[in-house]
Amino acid sequence: MAGKNRSRGPLDYGRSPWLIGFGILVFVLLYAPIVQLIAFSFNDSKRNIVWQGFTTKYYKVAWENASLVEAFTNSIAIAIMCTVVATIIGTATALWLWRFRFPFKAGAEGVMALPIVIPEICMGIAVLVMYSRIGGWMRTFESGPIHWWNELFSIWPLNLAAITAAHIAFSFPFVAVVVRARLAGFNRELEEASKDLGATEWQTFRNVVLPFMMPGVIAGALLAFTLSLDDFVITFFTAGPETNTFPVKVYSLVRRGVSPDINAASTALIVITLVATVLAMRLQAPSKSEG
Amino acid sequence: MKPIVSIQNVTKRYPGVIAVDNVSFDIMPNEFFALLGPSGCGKTTLLRMIAGLETGGEGGILIDGQNMAGVAANKRPVNMVFQSYAVFPHMTVRDNVAYGLKVTGTPASEIGPRVEEALQMVQMGPMADRKPDQLSGGQRQRVALARALVKRPKVLLLDEPLSALDAKLREHMQLELARLQQAIGITFIIVTHDQDEALSMADRIAVMEKGQVKQIAGPEELYEKPKSRFVADFIGKINLIDAEVSGAAKSGLNCSAKGLGNVTVPHDGKASGKVSLAVRPEKLDLLAKAPTSKTNISVRGEIRDVAYYGDVSNVFVSCPDGLELQVNVQNDRAVDGLLEKGKSVWLSWHPEDTLVLTQ
Amino acid sequence: MENWKENRVVFWVTALPGIFWLTVFFLIPLALIWGMSFGEKTSIVDIEITGTFANYARAFKEVYLLIIWKSIWISAIACALCLAIAYPIAFGICFSPPRWRPLLLLLIILPFWINLLIRTYALIAVFRTRGTLNYFLEWLWNLAFMDKLIGPYEPLELLYNNGAVIVGMVYVFMPFMVLPLYATIERLDRSYLEASLDLGASQWTTFWKVTVPLTMPGIVSGVILVFIPMLGMFLVPDLLGGTNAIMIGNVITDQFKAANDWPFGAALSFLLMYVTFLALALRAFIGSRSRGRVGV
Repeated sequence: MAGKNRSRGPLDYGRSPWLIGFGILVFVLLYAPIVQLIAFSFNDSKRNIVWQGFTTKYYKVAWENASLVEAFTNSIAIAIMCTVVATIIGTATALWLWRFRFPFKAGAEGVMALPIVIPEICMGIAVLVMYSRIGGWMRTFESGPIHWWNELFSIWPLNLAAITAAHIAFSFPFVAVVVRARLAGFNRELEEASKDLGATEWQTFRNVVLPFMMPGVIAGALLAFTLSLDDFVITFFTAGPETNTFPVKVYSLVRRGVSPDINAASTALIVITLVATVLAMRLQAPSKSEG
Repeated sequence: MKPIVSIQNVTKRYPGVIAVDNVSFDIMPNEFFALLGPSGCGKTTLLRMIAGLETGGEGGILIDGQNMAGVAANKRPVNMVFQSYAVFPHMTVRDNVAYGLKVTGTPASEIGPRVEEALQMVQMGPMADRKPDQLSGGQRQRVALARALVKRPKVLLLDEPLSALDAKLREHMQLELARLQQAIGITFIIVTHDQDEALSMADRIAVMEKGQVKQIAGPEELYEKPKSRFVADFIGKINLIDAEVSGAAKSGLNCSAKGLGNVTVPHDGKASGKVSLAVRPEKLDLLAKAPTSKTNISVRGEIRDVAYYGDVSNVFVSCPDGLELQVNVQNDRAVDGLLEKGKSVWLSWHPEDTLVLTQ
Repeated sequence: MENWKENRVVFWVTALPGIFWLTVFFLIPLALIWGMSFGEKTSIVDIEITGTFANYARAFKEVYLLIIWKSIWISAIACALCLAIAYPIAFGICFSPPRWRPLLLLLIILPFWINLLIRTYALIAVFRTRGTLNYFLEWLWNLAFMDKLIGPYEPLELLYNNGAVIVGMVYVFMPFMVLPLYATIERLDRSYLEASLDLGASQWTTFWKVTVPLTMPGIVSGVILVFIPMLGMFLVPDLLGGTNAIMIGNVITDQFKAANDWPFGAALSFLLMYVTFLALALRAFIGSRSRGRVGV
């Protein structure tokens, strides 16, 4: 300690040059491909390797690609619908598991966690099989219900309902987990105090429980949004020949090779995801201190 | 005698605060030394600097004559008992105690007997194969002690070792720690915020405040002759009376004190201006009538509050000029009927029991 | 926690939406493919559930066993690499100044929010024959005058092999591994590490004998969390692996998209589920054994 004021303490690993160097390397490797993808969406070159100058023409190309725009709109619509429904169902489920003691609770918790843990591909094919079965049954009715069913599902955005329903099924358990984690930190005495002061069940929930769990609900909603936007596998199996979503569209393009307009469209999706993330963090931040 | 630990002008800064501020003192071999102070006074930081767990300070720390600058924590001849005990939860009691010997390459034939010996010393022999989560707080602390002592350190460091125990067990462990220290003859440095703990166990105590050592002395001296208002107030209860020195008297000072008027108190050194007169509550007499003694300092007042503690009562008395004094009274027949709120009483004490505090 | 009988209205209002949705859009579909895995194709569109084990038997034929084995070892290597990278990162974040931690954590997880397909696509642009990495290597080659000494740079075939699949999986899943590790290391009481150092152990010994055992629950969680999706991964081997790096996920997809043998695909995906359950049981077992170790 002789005079060396900045020398590292024994547990000062955060200042270890090895760890810092390694960390920087990992961050660079993690972001380099994404940064390159974004940068080359502005690159005035079809070959996409050497920087040829700034251009936004590929955004125009992507924008004028009607099927790409449709796929993009579909994905956003699915994600928004999924977020709304999954957040409501997930929050209800979290409250249910948090509040009540009931027989076979451990079993119920396990089943609710299933969509989180099983491989996506299993879920994808399961949903595919179910929809094909429903389609089969509908055909057997011939001119009966199939008619209004088809009518109904040809209206945008209801034609995306099949995909959305599957997205909700796998994303609401995530919402439930996040909200329940937040509720675990709730001091039950607050609830009792509210009732003791004369509030009804609903008033207590509205004024005491809900404000407390709001950050968890917002975080859960964000998670549902990004999970839905991120999903490729389930959509890949569920989407019929007419409905296209962005990941499925990009997948078919990517198989044909790298091109700048995919970069442009991808950049747009990245921006939307990041804005949603930052927005949700902002909304969450002020109430963080009270937890 | 050569000091076993020598702290020389040690300073440790954190951004915005000075945790340890130019501290120097020596600790002698076989001493039971306590660092006492309120939380945040820098005592734990100083202890951790001795252990090598806190680095980046200024000044020198010598252990057994060797400068510890640049010596890592794992190479220092000291061991520590942590506040949380830090008994490894994934190892049995025996493995915990053996850990320090194993990792430093002690021959296996030596480890076994030494571990057994250490476990015997803290009476944990029968629990050697248990995991820490099967032990009580007191038992975990014994394991932490055995684990440190088995290394035969030159100095044992104890960071608030008793703070996590309940009151009864704490008292018991105070005695046991003091006995253990005498039996094995190793220097102990203990950090505590509990004055009773320090007074009852330590040979010498360093009282710290805001990174500085305010006074180093034995328990009795510290209690009877505190050198500053802070130490007087921190150790035990004390009445502090604002006063102004009006002149020197024969072997003392003439002061004009708040509520008391002009009094003469003994004082060795010089003093002038504003001072504090300090007197312990147990030195005061509570009387129903005016005292007869002319030499005593006395004041009339009214009982404002009585706190009953069984054997004694702590009585708060309002005196003239807004002076508040507290007095300890033995609950015997002499005070029957006297300890009532609002009752008019006299307080009286010997001038020799009064300390003049200039800082 | 209150008994459900005390407030049946609230109980059912909160319970039913989740139960309904999960049953209709998850449990029934799963039951359907489970049933189908014991079925046979009777024509191009019809499948009859006959209770046969033929689909499972077929999965244990050598060609599929090899693919399953390959999926397992590719995932295992990728998982181990993820751990090797994520542990120091999580450790470093835990020991960085507190006000930096949320930002660093966010920076690590942020790529995880970005669409998997887009991230895989971004990797293709880096690793393809005329990609950035080859371009960079060529620049180094020319910089060292190797083009004058040996000859012009030959671009490396970095894509469409097992290595590319492993790199892709590590790239995609590494951030996910950091989270459980961070959560466990964060909770680790630092005085254990200090005690170990104080007792004379070196930093290295302390790491292996104290830090790693005490953070084992996080390591197990992270490994399982990452291993399961890797095992069933379809996209990364499909895009980066080409024909010779096929994994179980690609075989399943083929049964539904190209080969049109749904019963066999169903059987394969249920095998994948069984492996998943096994891994989860293992985690629960290790978790219960090490309970009480952390945080006490």
